Amino acid sequence: MEHFAVWVAAFLTLGIVSFLYKDNPWYKLSEAIFVGISAGYWFVVLFWDNIYGKFWNGIFPEELIDSAGNVVTREPDYWLLVGAVLGTLMLLRLIPKIGWISRWPLAFIIGCTSGLYLINYFSSNMMRQVEATIMPLVGHWVLDPATSQNAFSAFSGADIFSNLVLVIGTFTGLVYFYFSKEHRGAFGGTAKVGIFFIMITFGASFGYTVMSRMSLLIGRADFLLFDWLGLVR
Amino acid sequence: MLVAGIILVLTVIAYLAKVVGGFEGVQFSPTVSVIVVILLAASLLWILVLTLKGRLIGRRVVFLYVGIAVSLPLFMSISQKIVISPETQQLYDAISELPSGAKVLVSFDYDPPSAPELQPMAEAFLYYCFTHDFKVIVIGLWPQGPQQANLAIDKLLALPEIEAKNLQYGIDYVNLGYQAGNEFVIQRMGGSFESMFPTDYSGHPYSDLELVRNIRNFSNIDYSFNLSAGYPGTQEWVQVAVDRYGLSMGGGNTAVQAPMMYTYLQAGQLAGLLGGMNGAAEFEKLVGREDKGTRFMLSQSFAHMVVIAFILIGNVAFIVGGRKKKL
Repeated sequence: MEHFAVWVAAFLTLGIVSFLYKDNPWYKLSEAIFVGISAGYWFVVLFWDNIYGKFWNGIFPEELIDSAGNVVTREPDYWLLVGAVLGTLMLLRLIPKIGWISRWPLAFIIGCTSGLYLINYFSSNMMRQVEATIMPLVGHWVLDPATSQNAFSAFSGADIFSNLVLVIGTFTGLVYFYFSKEHRGAFGGTAKVGIFFIMITFGASFGYTVMSRMSLLIGRADFLLFDWLGLVR
Repeated sequence: MLVAGIILVLTVIAYLAKVVGGFEGVQFSPTVSVIVVILLAASLLWILVLTLKGRLIGRRVVFLYVGIAVSLPLFMSISQKIVISPETQQLYDAISELPSGAKVLVSFDYDPPSAPELQPMAEAFLYYCFTHDFKVIVIGLWPQGPQQANLAIDKLLALPEIEAKNLQYGIDYVNLGYQAGNEFVIQRMGGSFESMFPTDYSGHPYSDLELVRNIRNFSNIDYSFNLSAGYPGTQEWVQVAVDRYGLSMGGGNTAVQAPMMYTYLQAGQLAGLLGGMNGAAEFEKLVGREDKGTRFMLSQSFAHMVVIAFILIGNVAFIVGGRKKKL
């Protein structure tokens, strides 16, 4: 069975790669199998983990047996019924006459998610980032335990340069995204510096993306040459 | 058709040689490896010369070269110098400070497509945990995450140095499995782990597992490591577990995701970051167990060099072809 699975995986991998030569039936077959199996897999996972695992087991908890042979019981969680009702209402979209009712659960989901995300993003992605950008440039005062007095501690040249890059990059990048004033003169020049920082950021991000895609290809090459054919020692 | 048939016969022979004949594979000596590198560079130079003469190559040649650049280094016995980045060092320093017996939560938030990058990280991290007697609690916010964890754990438990420790499931490590609900699972774990994981991956009751029996929430966890390939992943862990519940956490991310995590690292929300295969190789070097992450880095570098070479060749073709004027 293991040999068969390895051959099937190799057959499908090569089928997908064959598209690089040209579109062909082998590729189409591999693609269709991938899409079909993915859809089936996710349906099964969502059914067993959400509908059965969370909902059914939540309302009708299974009795568990611990290592000592004792029965471990759990209380039913009837709040799950609210979710089940809302989930069922969403399916009413399939009946055009009363499809409008499906907006209620959608409104509930959007409201809850917005409320949660607003706090999370405001705290983690805004306030903490603003806080991290406001920093001393050349040094800071630290308490000297020997004298119990504050002493100035200067940063290294590399740290000062790094801090300057961060501050200038953040400021000019924000200026670029300020569209209420025309980008001309000193303001336009600052925005242009911001573009350079943004481009460097995109370049670094693109480089990482290439690295990631190459990693996937290396993984497949390793599978074909090592796991399948055993050509690599 | 004939070529396909010949390739099929050769692959069957190679497979039978492996399975029946015990063929152990090929490895180039350092000399042969260097010769292969020189030949590859010379052929790229030849393509550049052809381009300068106005003879452009097809896209399939580029694909072929990328394939060769990725595959050939797997046969080579030469290695690449791995330089440790500050973010990898930071993660290593963070776990180095943990005492023996520290409780470490590892969340496997990825699936097999991201395994080439994240599995070496997972194995290196768990190797460090097992060799330093940390107590490991595994969970997954992606359905296939706990399976990836089991693959890594099974591989590590077979190593002589780990086998000698005689680690016990439920006492030294535990896999609590997958739980649907994305960041809401993390939110609920802030109140009670057991409410989200009433049983482990194999169906044992939470209260029956000695390792987690007394773990109520994040306040009982000494360090957390998140292996992430997207949503839900490191960002959600930072937003909920780190910023709201004060969990100390490091991240292991795919290279696509890593640039977005540097802001969290800079702000002190992440205690260390491993980015892509490079991060995996660096961490393997730090923990003293060089495996696939390190081995794959040579292929990674070769592929990047080939891509850069073709960018140059493409630009030469663009200039020589005088297309700039036509545009």
